[in-house]
Amino acid sequence: MDNFNRRRFLEGTAGVAAGTALGTGAIWAPAVHAQTALTFRPEKGAKLRVLRWSRFVQGDIDAYMVNVKKFTEKTGIEVRVDNEGWEDVRPKAAVAANTGAGPDIILSTNDDANLYPEKLLDVTDLAEYIGKKYGGWYPAGQAFLKPDGKKWIGLPLGAAGAMMVYRESMLKAAGFDSFPKDTDNFLRMMKALKEKGTPGGFALGNATGDGLWCNWLVWTFGGKLVDQNNKVVIDSPETMKALEYGKELYATFVPGTLSWLDPNNNKAFLDGQISVTNNGISIYVAAKNSPEPKLKEIAADIQHAVYPIGPVGVPTESTIFFNQLIMKYTKYPQASKAFLQFMMEREQFGPWLTGAQAYIATPLDGYASLPVWTDDPKRTPYRDAVKNLRPGGYAGKLGYASAGAAADFIVINMVAEAISGSKTPKEAMERAQKRAERYYRV
Amino acid sequence: MNFLERLQNNRNALGLLFMLPAAVLLLLFLTYPLGLGFWLGFTDAKVGRPGKWVGLENYQYLWGDAVTRLALFNTLFYTFVASVIKFGLGLWLALLLNRNIRFKTFFRAVILLPYIVPTALSAIAFWWIYDAQFSIISWMLVKMGLIDQYIDFLGEPWNARLSVIAANIWRGIPFVAITLLAGLQTISPSYYEASAIDGASRWQQFRHVTLPLLTPIIAVVMTFSVLFTFTDFQLIYVITRGGPLNATHLMATLSFQRAISGGALGEGAAISIAMVPFLLATIMFSYYGLQRRAWQQGGADK
Repeated sequence: MDNFNRRRFLEGTAGVAAGTALGTGAIWAPAVHAQTALTFRPEKGAKLRVLRWSRFVQGDIDAYMVNVKKFTEKTGIEVRVDNEGWEDVRPKAAVAANTGAGPDIILSTNDDANLYPEKLLDVTDLAEYIGKKYGGWYPAGQAFLKPDGKKWIGLPLGAAGAMMVYRESMLKAAGFDSFPKDTDNFLRMMKALKEKGTPGGFALGNATGDGLWCNWLVWTFGGKLVDQNNKVVIDSPETMKALEYGKELYATFVPGTLSWLDPNNNKAFLDGQISVTNNGISIYVAAKNSPEPKLKEIAADIQHAVYPIGPVGVPTESTIFFNQLIMKYTKYPQASKAFLQFMMEREQFGPWLTGAQAYIATPLDGYASLPVWTDDPKRTPYRDAVKNLRPGGYAGKLGYASAGAAADFIVINMVAEAISGSKTPKEAMERAQKRAERYYRV
Repeated sequence: MNFLERLQNNRNALGLLFMLPAAVLLLLFLTYPLGLGFWLGFTDAKVGRPGKWVGLENYQYLWGDAVTRLALFNTLFYTFVASVIKFGLGLWLALLLNRNIRFKTFFRAVILLPYIVPTALSAIAFWWIYDAQFSIISWMLVKMGLIDQYIDFLGEPWNARLSVIAANIWRGIPFVAITLLAGLQTISPSYYEASAIDGASRWQQFRHVTLPLLTPIIAVVMTFSVLFTFTDFQLIYVITRGGPLNATHLMATLSFQRAISGGALGEGAAISIAMVPFLLATIMFSYYGLQRRAWQQGGADK
């Protein structure tokens, strides 16, 4: 697999290098897509600093740096890339935005752009050009980065898709040939799995990534934290339905999920103790790349599926979203835009998504046809993570309130309290309502 | 005489000069951050966004916040239980190590181990020990036929509280034991000989010789122990992140969660500052309560 990828990179790089050699090579105007080219003229002597979250998989950063190097060769613009753990990028980016000094470009997460929209460079021209050229941005990208419906304050990059990860053989043994598409059958399957002695499990501790399945649960029954006007409406009959369903679901879980943090379900799954969980593609990749025969067997048995859909009738998934922001204080806005444009063009973005091995889902419909999503069919569900995504602060406006409420685990705590039976669903909803109202106070 | 020579001959100026580095360090790295935190607690600052003065609003808000109240309770419970047990076991261990036992130096070195291992690493070890699926304790008890289901160490609120307390005790005992041992060794053997001649029992020796002479050390050790425990962060953050259902959130972890992950710097600072009165009270108690001369010399309060 890795060899295959590497060869493809090399071919891609060689092709572009040849193209450059043949072209004029004078100014940033790649001949490959000259027909619709949007041309930025980088400032003289421009140098760029990029701060990004550190890779979840080596192939991501390898491919990213190949692209960066190509950009430098082509334009002569030096680019320095700094990596930080994804949870550390948020405070650093906020400080940079507000002190007006730091990296020119920041790759950050979730609602970050909405914390300081006035500190970000307007990239509407670039976003519209890329969107038009590559099949359009998915709605989630617009919800995060085009908050007023007109102006783009950043470019979507993708999402660390989380999907249902399951053991095909165990589902078959419990009488299910494929993963259920709706919540009723999902519950039936979970009950059947429990009876067979191969239960599933979903994290209910303060897990920043894997706890997000709780958002899906609330949304898929029509509940939501806030309405369009940022009024807190979590205490609702819809949430009640979600929590009552959750209670039945929890009864089928493996013991101990209340304490689960992000790594717990990976460990339990790879040890064969659970049949279903929600996760990024990392469980599968870890099993596949392991030299142990037992894990290889598990890898062959692993399948992925999108989340089941409940009464609302549309996908309501929740995962970590990635964006690319150009800071307004940059001395090189044209060079920054040129860089992002370069990185988002097919010649670069394709190999990058391929290198990331489905850890990162495409934000543009045009990249959904890349072979990376289908040459291993087990990756296919991860393709649609951005397509099916809702921002954590759904259905309200994003900003400090939505970021704070998410960081305080309000929805996850509510679901955990209610479905584990430590509080009645009504009590849990009222508590969540109160806690959220404090964040959304005007 | 030039300026330099005059300076060298002026004791006051020299004194000031020599104190300057220490003063700068204290002001820059202690007073300033503490003052800044204090000020931030009265503002609505967000990460990277300077805030406006909001007076006591953060504190009012926190007072009505169920999670903060729970964190305060957790912190007090955690500190009290862990400190009392650490003191009891630490003193016992120190008394044992103070006797003439074989391999004395070996044991004295070995009991420091938990303290040497970086907290984040020992926390990960405890995280595995308490794991819902892989706990070695549960596994052993199941194999021995004593239980038939794994213990939910970190999933049930009270289990989780006691589990993290146990981890804290394991880590904190060496500090108490070794320091008390050092204190024990400063007590002159002649006191014991004299009391033995007077016919004192072992218990009487402990009560009327060891304890009074050890009090100053106990006061210092326990002050530090309580301060460390009250402000603990790493153990909790690695083992539970404050879960399940916020049952193990301490003030320090909640402050971090609200201030850095959540971006509410002002509120997080207010939570941190709310810890200060408790810490001051501990220090006051130890200085004025335990370090009184009369008590140390075996007399009674007047």
